[in-house]
Amino acid sequence: MSNIYAVTGNEAVANALRQINPDVCAAYPITPQTDLMQRFASFVSDGLVDTEMILVESEHSAMSACVGASAAGGRAVTATSGPGLALMWEILFVASGMRLPILMPVVNRSLSAPLNIHGDHSDAMGARDSGWVQLWSENAQEAYDNTVQALLIAEHMDIRLPIMVCLDGFIISHSIERVEYLDDDIVKNFVGTYKPQNPLLDIQHPKSIGPLILPDLYTEYKRTQHEAMSKVKNIVLKTADDFAKISGRKYSLFETYRLDDAEIGIVILNSAAGTTKDVIDIYREKGIKVGLLKPRLFRPFPYEEIRETLQHLKALCVLDRCDSFGAFGPLYTEIASSLYLSENKPIMINKIYGLGGRDYMPEHAKIVIEELIEIANTGKVKLFKDYLGVRE
Amino acid sequence: MSEMLEVRWHGRGGQGTVTAAKVFADACLSGGRYVQAFPEYGPERAGAPLKAYNRISSQELRMHCPVLNPKIIIVADPTLLDSINVTEGAPDDAIFIINSSKDPSIIRAKLNVSKKQKVFVLDATKIAIDSFGRPMPNSPLVGALARVSGAVSLETILEDVKKSFGKKFAKKIIDGNLEAAKRGFEEVKEG
Amino acid sequence: MKLKGWKEITPGAVILEAGSSAEFKTGSWRAYKPVWIKENCIQCLFCWLYCPDMAIKVKDGKREEFDYDYCKGCGICALECPGKKGKKAIVMEEEGN
Repeated sequence: MSNIYAVTGNEAVANALRQINPDVCAAYPITPQTDLMQRFASFVSDGLVDTEMILVESEHSAMSACVGASAAGGRAVTATSGPGLALMWEILFVASGMRLPILMPVVNRSLSAPLNIHGDHSDAMGARDSGWVQLWSENAQEAYDNTVQALLIAEHMDIRLPIMVCLDGFIISHSIERVEYLDDDIVKNFVGTYKPQNPLLDIQHPKSIGPLILPDLYTEYKRTQHEAMSKVKNIVLKTADDFAKISGRKYSLFETYRLDDAEIGIVILNSAAGTTKDVIDIYREKGIKVGLLKPRLFRPFPYEEIRETLQHLKALCVLDRCDSFGAFGPLYTEIASSLYLSENKPIMINKIYGLGGRDYMPEHAKIVIEELIEIANTGKVKLFKDYLGVRE
Repeated sequence: MSEMLEVRWHGRGGQGTVTAAKVFADACLSGGRYVQAFPEYGPERAGAPLKAYNRISSQELRMHCPVLNPKIIIVADPTLLDSINVTEGAPDDAIFIINSSKDPSIIRAKLNVSKKQKVFVLDATKIAIDSFGRPMPNSPLVGALARVSGAVSLETILEDVKKSFGKKFAKKIIDGNLEAAKRGFEEVKEG
Repeated sequence: MKLKGWKEITPGAVILEAGSSAEFKTGSWRAYKPVWIKENCIQCLFCWLYCPDMAIKVKDGKREEFDYDYCKGCGICALECPGKKGKKAIVMEEEGN
């Protein structure tokens, strides 16, 4: 039987969670994630998974329950969006600080106010310093594949960190696309059996968790978190190699598109990258040497690899679906940091686009490419940070 | 079939327009094709005008934004012809499939389309009422779209209607929808 | 005591041995210390019951001297002590006198 289905991003990720069959899932509904956990809850009710589903009264509690379940020795998952992720804030740092490999799909949504429920990266970008590994996904297929790979990264004994799998709210979560699933057995074997580290339920070896750590040791614990993060890149690559063997689909730290001989480039995350690739093809046919880089692993950030990949460009635009008011967008600042050590680096501009679910259309990619052509020719920049598709 | 087929659906919340787009996408998976089906996301409420889209292609679909120039435009609710411009972005060779009890020539005049653009008409609401007693025009329209686009066979569409409705509805409703999709395929007329 | 470097500590700050709080002596926190006046003690064990730090040593059902390694000098024992004939069996004295 064929494994190809027409499903939404939420459906695909819920199916990956079913195949993973976690021990515990604690979740609270929030648009556009609700539909994901609703589907997973059906799998629980239908007896298709062995998961203990905990219904909680808020996202703060959802993450707290995951921390408890994970510390007890279980494989714990949850999912959230926008304000839900914001409400988890305090406990995100507890999960990473306690080195608990919790898996959380984040269906990216804007933050209030004004109230808005649509696709936007403000939620996960705001959580970028919480000590979680972040994988970003262009489409439903990547969201499914990243979810299957996530636990191997998070649970690796050199890492033991929580992980987010980000996908665009509505644009991916609620759109139906062709997705190729792996067989249940293949995913089961790939994910393997969870090996908890120092679980509380190992009552032969009593232990304490979550102690007060004073200024004389706190920095040392934070340093260990950085050390664990520094090992993530290699594990992500190794996991991607192993995943390619079972799926035929190749992943890396980031994806490049027609970038090798490019003179101008675009860096963009998630679903808008696909639209940009189609526009790049149009310009390539006209002889314009334009390419794209789409980050996949955003935390930890692969600075050196990205520097090697982008430093030959003449002009570069980083597009952020998230704003940092009074500052450059979060993706731009990372790319700028990557390129700082290069002797020859592209002129870089930043465009804020697609906030609160505003459609990113082919014409927006065209505007960016036209501006980059102009910058590459003249070396002159009008505005380093500007907004794409905003009405005056 | 050309490399990519793009479809825009106009309907009202609660008519099953989004389901119709999904059924069509699902049916088009055959032959290893790539498919997309998605509504225009906004406040979702019964009766409000909505748009939904399909993309069908033999190549990987990377575009993640609304369809601007749909080859096929389907109007599930004839009252929308008076309230919104359904011809927006229609290319020179666009094909319209309109749910209406009126004669195709009247609809053609009302749409004011060019000679190259084709207009098909189907009384989908009547077929739906005849077949399963409810004014839900989606199944006949999916049948008509299969016929007009040539993207997928009637058999495949019927299998998908069965699969999609099978989870939620009684056999009577499923059989009614199968009959409705079949009649949509057979009765759609060019004007 | 030599403080540990970041390579020597347990990931996630998990404390792997049970009962390790015994190693953390809190007696140095005291500003006032409780003094036991044995002749006024009726062995009611209220002090043992109320002490938040388990700093009252008890042997064979009778209280003994304070465990000054852990007593923080909160004074609850002295407050609760009923004493004998109006005379307290526990009184608080300033440390260092």
